[in-house]
Amino acid sequence: MDTEFIIKYIPLYVKAAGLTIGLGIVGIFFSLLIGLSVSLIQYFKIPVLKRIAGIYIELSRNTPLLVQLFFLYFGLPKAGIRFSSQACAIIGLSFLGGSYMAEAFRSGLNAIDKVQEESALSIGLKHGQVMRYVILPQALSLSVPGLCANMIFLIKETSVFSVLALADLMYVAKDLIGLYYKTDEALLMLVIAYLVLLLPISVAASFLERRLRYAGFGN
Amino acid sequence: MKEKEKLLEIKHLHKDYGNGPVLKDVSLNVHKGEVVVIIGPSGCGKSTLLRCINGLEQIQSGKILLDGEVITENKTKWSEVRQKIGMVFQSYDLFPHMTVTDNILLGPTKVQGRDKKEAEAEAERILERIGLLDKKNAFPRQLSGGQKQRVAIVRALIMKPEIMLFDEVTAALDPEMVREVLDVMLELAKSGSTMMIVTHEMQFARAVADRIVFLDGGEILETDTPEKFFTRPKTDRAKRFLNTFSFHMERERGGKAI
Amino acid sequence: MQDLGIRVLFMGNNFIRLLKGLGVALKISLTAVILSVVLGILLGMVMTLKNPVTKCITKIYLESMRIMPQLVLLFLVYFGLTKSFGINLSGEISAVIVFTLWGTAEMGDLVRGALISIPGHQYESGAAIGLTKLQIYRYIIIPQTLQRLTPLAINLTTRMIKTTSLIVLIGVVEVLKVAQQIIEANRYTVPDSALWIYGTIFFLYFIVCWPISTMAGWLEKKWKN
Repeated sequence: MDTEFIIKYIPLYVKAAGLTIGLGIVGIFFSLLIGLSVSLIQYFKIPVLKRIAGIYIELSRNTPLLVQLFFLYFGLPKAGIRFSSQACAIIGLSFLGGSYMAEAFRSGLNAIDKVQEESALSIGLKHGQVMRYVILPQALSLSVPGLCANMIFLIKETSVFSVLALADLMYVAKDLIGLYYKTDEALLMLVIAYLVLLLPISVAASFLERRLRYAGFGN
Repeated sequence: MKEKEKLLEIKHLHKDYGNGPVLKDVSLNVHKGEVVVIIGPSGCGKSTLLRCINGLEQIQSGKILLDGEVITENKTKWSEVRQKIGMVFQSYDLFPHMTVTDNILLGPTKVQGRDKKEAEAEAERILERIGLLDKKNAFPRQLSGGQKQRVAIVRALIMKPEIMLFDEVTAALDPEMVREVLDVMLELAKSGSTMMIVTHEMQFARAVADRIVFLDGGEILETDTPEKFFTRPKTDRAKRFLNTFSFHMERERGGKAI
Repeated sequence: MQDLGIRVLFMGNNFIRLLKGLGVALKISLTAVILSVVLGILLGMVMTLKNPVTKCITKIYLESMRIMPQLVLLFLVYFGLTKSFGINLSGEISAVIVFTLWGTAEMGDLVRGALISIPGHQYESGAAIGLTKLQIYRYIIIPQTLQRLTPLAINLTTRMIKTTSLIVLIGVVEVLKVAQQIIEANRYTVPDSALWIYGTIFFLYFIVCWPISTMAGWLEKKWKN
């Protein structure tokens, strides 16, 4: 193990991790947005949009992110639609993540008993108010474990961004292996970098999940 | 009784879920201050009747009037009508993410736009009367089933409804908690509230009702005072139904082997 | 754009080559799935043991497989093993090893979940009508476990197929690699072929995965009650 080498290239990894996290956060943000919209469209069974949402979910869930990215980054420019690497990364991650987030929101919404809606209506709340004060707060907190799991999943998925010529963690590791044959060092730093990124989220998620499962509201 | 004004009128109500009628030509008037108890076998349409009154079910024909105004039309502003109709359900329907007080105040503050302080003071007054003031900051999961149902009653009451609908509110409770909920309802009846109650508690029905309505197969078969209905039911079906609640003759009949 | 790039698909045996490339990926996924299911069932049973040592070891194994991106695992095996231990593994073998390790962890957790989800009174009521321990498993526990498990295991298959697309990044000649070769070869004659080729691959994956995940959803719904 060449410690000097490791220390020398730590900044490179930090920079790459920053890129991963940055793209991940933006992608997750849009995923949540898409997911919530899609789940509400399906919950309210809005005609036409409901069909589109259904097709989107099937397309998104049944194709690999890597293939989606190849199409976006290498395919679409030939049809005159050109996005930067960063834009492709964010579009791809959001396209993939949206359907996963929708599923998490959907299971939260479906877990709310019908009688909650009815009793809210029966004290005179309007449908919008029922959603805002009664259904959504409960559904969202039930969705949290699923949403957290999806966030971890999406950050892991960013590992393919190197194909977009983005200098993310995988890209840096592969570069160091290719240039200096420092395979052990490069891989060790790679693993540590992902652990540093993902462990805190994973621990926080399982803490949240346990709290929600065993305590519920009122503790 | 007769000179009292009609508060709720149900006229030739017909309800169908798509696989046969659930309510067939149901007509019923409820007067101000009257307590009507609806009884009948499971699946006879009792709950559906209450749900129709509160607009939770679409009806196929007939109409329902509240204060002389038809409420079963497409343009019905249910949010307004429902403020006049309080309803308590069988399953604990408190909002689990809100404290007892927040549950009770949701209607007054968000629907009626009442002052929060003033509504809270009233909520505390009612909670005190039913002995739950110390639970005002508790969450529903910290309450017993009986306590939850009493809070649910308060939540409906604070809207100052003209009529209260109770849909088997004790059916999901442990036996020892039934009484505390029924006591609250008895209290309400005594204070002159107009109520429609669906229940399987026959003794309670007899004690609280001004009038018993016997519903079977989606039809009203009998309407009578509790005294007459429980001692001398007119129809065979009512007799058979009441028999399922009594055991004192079973032994003498020499219990058939199953 | 008059001369549509889609024709590149039908030039020579291009389409067949793409399908063969997809076949390479599918073969790797199926091998890994079969191995994962067998090993995962064993792992899942071990995970339900109350022994603290096995509990700890299996937990560490599961979590470390889960927290690392699969691509990192691929790099570790493909580059790491080769370098550190001088074992020269082909991309295909590395992929099967990695996806089996990962799939076994996922499958093991599914099996554990299905096993502990059978309520205790199922065992008790089986015993109450006089069934032997073996009969209880044969007629009560295993059928219920299988019903819960099958849709989840099928879902794992689609995840595996999607994940296998990563093998192009360790140099395995699969569908994306074939696509790059075709596009490169036709760079001057059909400049916009990338759009059509990658679009085709997108739908090829969809056509493979969609029926499988639809079947999993259908089974799940059917067996829910």
